[in-house]
Amino acid sequence: MTLNVKERRNKTGTVLVATGEINSETSGSLLQALLPLVREGKPLKIDLTAVTYVSSAGLRTLLVVYREAQHAGVAVTLYGVSEEVRFVMSATGFLDFFETGEAVAAAAKAKVKAAR
Amino acid sequence: MTETRSEQVLRVDAYPTHEVGGYRVRAGKPFPFGANVVPGGVSFSVFSDQATSMTLVIFKRGEPEPMAELEFPEEFRTGSVFAMTVFGLDHENIEYGYRADGPYDPVTGHRFDARQVLSDPYARLIAGRDVWGVEPDRSRGYQYRSRVCLQDFDWGDDTPLGIPAEDLVVYETHVRGFTRHPSSQVTAPGTFAGLREKIPYLKELGINCIELLPVFEFDESDNPRTNPETGEQLFDYWGYNTVSFFAPKAGYAATGRYGMQGDEFRTLIKDLHAAGIEVILDVVFNHTAEGNEQGPTISFKGLDNATYYMLTPEGYYFNFSGTGNTVNCNHPVVRNYVLDCLRHWVADYHIDGFRFDLAAILGRALDGTPLPNPPLLELLAYDPVLRHTKLIAEAWDAGGLYEVGNFPAYGRWAEWNGKYRDTVRSFLKGDPGVTGELATRIAGSPDLYATRGTAASVNFLTAHDGFTLADLVSYNDKHNEANGENNNDGANDNNSWNCGAEGPTDDPEINALRTRQMKNALAILFTSQGIPMLLAGDEVARTQQGNNNTYCQDNELSWFDWDQVDDNAELLRFTRGMIEFRKHHRELRSTAHPTGQVREHLGLPDISWHGERAWQPDWSAESRLLAVARCGTGDDDVVYVAMNAHWESHDLELPALPGGRSWHLFADTGAEAPYDIRTPGAEQELDNAGKYLIGPRSVVILVGRANASDDLDTP
Repeated sequence: MTLNVKERRNKTGTVLVATGEINSETSGSLLQALLPLVREGKPLKIDLTAVTYVSSAGLRTLLVVYREAQHAGVAVTLYGVSEEVRFVMSATGFLDFFETGEAVAAAAKAKVKAAR
Repeated sequence: MTETRSEQVLRVDAYPTHEVGGYRVRAGKPFPFGANVVPGGVSFSVFSDQATSMTLVIFKRGEPEPMAELEFPEEFRTGSVFAMTVFGLDHENIEYGYRADGPYDPVTGHRFDARQVLSDPYARLIAGRDVWGVEPDRSRGYQYRSRVCLQDFDWGDDTPLGIPAEDLVVYETHVRGFTRHPSSQVTAPGTFAGLREKIPYLKELGINCIELLPVFEFDESDNPRTNPETGEQLFDYWGYNTVSFFAPKAGYAATGRYGMQGDEFRTLIKDLHAAGIEVILDVVFNHTAEGNEQGPTISFKGLDNATYYMLTPEGYYFNFSGTGNTVNCNHPVVRNYVLDCLRHWVADYHIDGFRFDLAAILGRALDGTPLPNPPLLELLAYDPVLRHTKLIAEAWDAGGLYEVGNFPAYGRWAEWNGKYRDTVRSFLKGDPGVTGELATRIAGSPDLYATRGTAASVNFLTAHDGFTLADLVSYNDKHNEANGENNNDGANDNNSWNCGAEGPTDDPEINALRTRQMKNALAILFTSQGIPMLLAGDEVARTQQGNNNTYCQDNELSWFDWDQVDDNAELLRFTRGMIEFRKHHRELRSTAHPTGQVREHLGLPDISWHGERAWQPDWSAESRLLAVARCGTGDDDVVYVAMNAHWESHDLELPALPGGRSWHLFADTGAEAPYDIRTPGAEQELDNAGKYLIGPRSVVILVGRANASDDLDTP
C-alpha cells in the first residue's frame, strides 16, 4: 500500500493532503514531505480524510512532526480523521497531542455563539 | 534557525559486515537482551547456556511459514549469548522467534528441540492472541510470536507518583472484568481503554492505587474445561499463567489487533497518574505457562530448561506453585531476568509497584529449600531502578511455605496479611475467642511486623481469590460447580456466614443484616492500621453467586455490573465515606505501631481499648464487643471505633474527652441510610455525651473534637 501526498498552499498556511496508509513503509516519505513545511514556520494542516489506516510507526511519525512543530512554534492541525483512526489514536493517547479540525471548528462555533 | 532532530548521526555499527541467508548482518550487542531497533536494523540477543547452535526465525507478520532462518555465526556468540544485528528489516511487519539446538536429555535437565520455534523471553510484544477469546489456529507451529517494538512513548512529565505506602488505598481489579459487562457503557469494553474511561469513577470512590490482576501476555484459551451445565468453553480468565513476561496482554487492548497494546496500556497508566492513582501489577514469577513434562514448549523450556526451572534430581519439575512447574528464581541468570523484567515495567511503563503471586517461592533455593537470605528478594529490595516502587508479597506458596510476618523484607517488602483477613472475618461472623487477636490485627499486626511498621501489612478481607464481600455474607459454602471440578476447587476455609439463608433471598431482615455486615467489614477495614485493599465491586455488593474461585469464569459471575452502582448506591456511599474518613485521620495511617504512650496535649494514649465500660475491654472468649480509641498528634484527631459482632445491643460508656471536647457521630452501621454515615468534618455531636447504644452486629465510629468544623487533619 502506498501513500500519496499533495501540498496546497494558501494565505493562512499549508495543507498537506495524504491518501493511503501511513505505516512503517510509507511514513518515511511522509516525514520528508512534512518536515520542510514545518520549517517554513506557517500553520500546517494535515488532511487525513483519504487515509484508511495509521499504524504504530505512522502515529509515531505524526508525533515526531508535532514535536518538531512545537519546537518551531508552528501550529499543526489534523483534519478528516476517520472514526477508526480516531479511535486508535484516542485509545493509544496520540490524539491528546493534536488539535483536530473538528475540534477547531467546534471551538470556532462556540466562540461565535459567545460573541452573540 | 530551527534545528531538526531527524538528521542521523553516522555510526560505524550502522553497516553490515556479514551476510547470512541472504540478509546483511553484523555481530549484535549482547546487552540489552531482546530485539532492539538500532540504526539500519534490529539487534537480536538471546541467552542459552547449553545450546550448541541458535537460529533466528523471521516471519512476515501473520504468515504461517518463516520468511528467513538465520543461524547465528559462531563469532556472534559472546559467552552464552547469541547476538546479531539484521539490516533492512521492516520492524513493524515482522514476527520472530528462535530455534535452539542442543541436547535432549531430561534427566540432566535439557529439553532442546530445534523443530520448535521459541518465543523470546524478552519480547516486548507478542502476537498470536491479539483479540480476547478468538479461537486460535492451533495448526500453526509457532503460536506466541515475538514482535519488535519501539520504546519511545511520550510520557510528558509523568513519573511514578510515590504516594507514601501508609497513605495508599488499594483497589484490586481485573482489566477485562472491570468494563466488559454491557452495562459499563464504555467505548471499548474489557480493555485498557475501557478502564481509562472509568477513571472518574475510581477518583470519586477515593482510592489512590489500583492493583491489576496479571496483564503480562497469557493465553486465555489454554483452559481445556467446559461448564458442565452449559457446555460453554471456560477460559483462563484471571491470567495467572504467563506466556511472556515483558509483553502486555494484547487481548486487553482495544488496539491489540494493530499491535498497539503497549501504547494503550501506557496511556492508561499516564491518565491514572494524572488522576492521582498509582498502578500496581500482580506478577507471577513462581511458574510459567509451560507446565510440567506434558506442558507446551513456549520459550524457557526450549532455550534453557535446566537454568529456568527447579528440577528434581531425576529431571522432573518441582511443583511448589501447584500448576506444574516452578521458576528457578534464585538461579543467578533467572534473578537477573526477573530484575530486568521489573525494571522494564518501571522504566518503560511507569509502574508504581508489584504484588508477587506466591512470593514464598521467590525465597526458595535451586533445590526448593527455603533460603534464610534469598538473593532475589534482596536484589529487588535494593535495586536502583526499583528503589521507590512498592513490593508486596503473597507470602505463601502451594508447597506449604507460609511466611506471613516472616517474609525476608530488607526494610522494603510488604505482605498481603492473610491473618488480618481470617481474624476480621471470624470476628464479623460472631466466632468466640477472637477479640484479642482482632485488637492485634486492627493495630497493624505488631506481632507480625514489629520492626517493619504498619505499612508492611496489606489489610484485606476479600480479594480475587475467594468470596466477594457480598458473597461472604450470603453463603456458608462455596458454590463452584460452574468451574467443572465438582466443587472441589477453591478454598474451603472461608470464615463466611450467610446471615440465615444460603444465597439470594427476599427476606428483608436477612438482606438488611447482610448490608450491615458489609458496612461493618468496610468500617473495620478502613479504620485499621496498615494498607487497606478493596476488591473491585465490593463497594456495590458485587456477587459471584457463591463461586469463590472464578479463575475460569469470563462472564457475569466475574464482571463488574455497573447497574449495581445505582442499585447499591447506599453501600457505595458508605464506602466512599469510609475512604474519605481515613484520609482525614492521619492516626489511622500512622506507620508506627501504637504503644499506649499518652499524648500529652490531650492526656489520652495513642491507643486505648474499651468495652461496654470505658477503659474496660472484655478479652474473654465469649466477648464479641471491642472498642478502640486512637489519639493522634492533632488537636482533634481522636477516633473511637466500637465493633459489636454480638447479636444483641449494648450500652456503651464512652471514654471522657479532655478540655471541652465532645464525641461526634461519624458512622453507625445500625442506623438507616443516610444516617449510617456522615461527611467527614460534619459529624453530629452526640446528645448524650457519655453513652451510646450500639445495635446488634454494628460498628459505630465517633470522633472527639471541640467543634465539628475546626481544624481537620486533611492530608
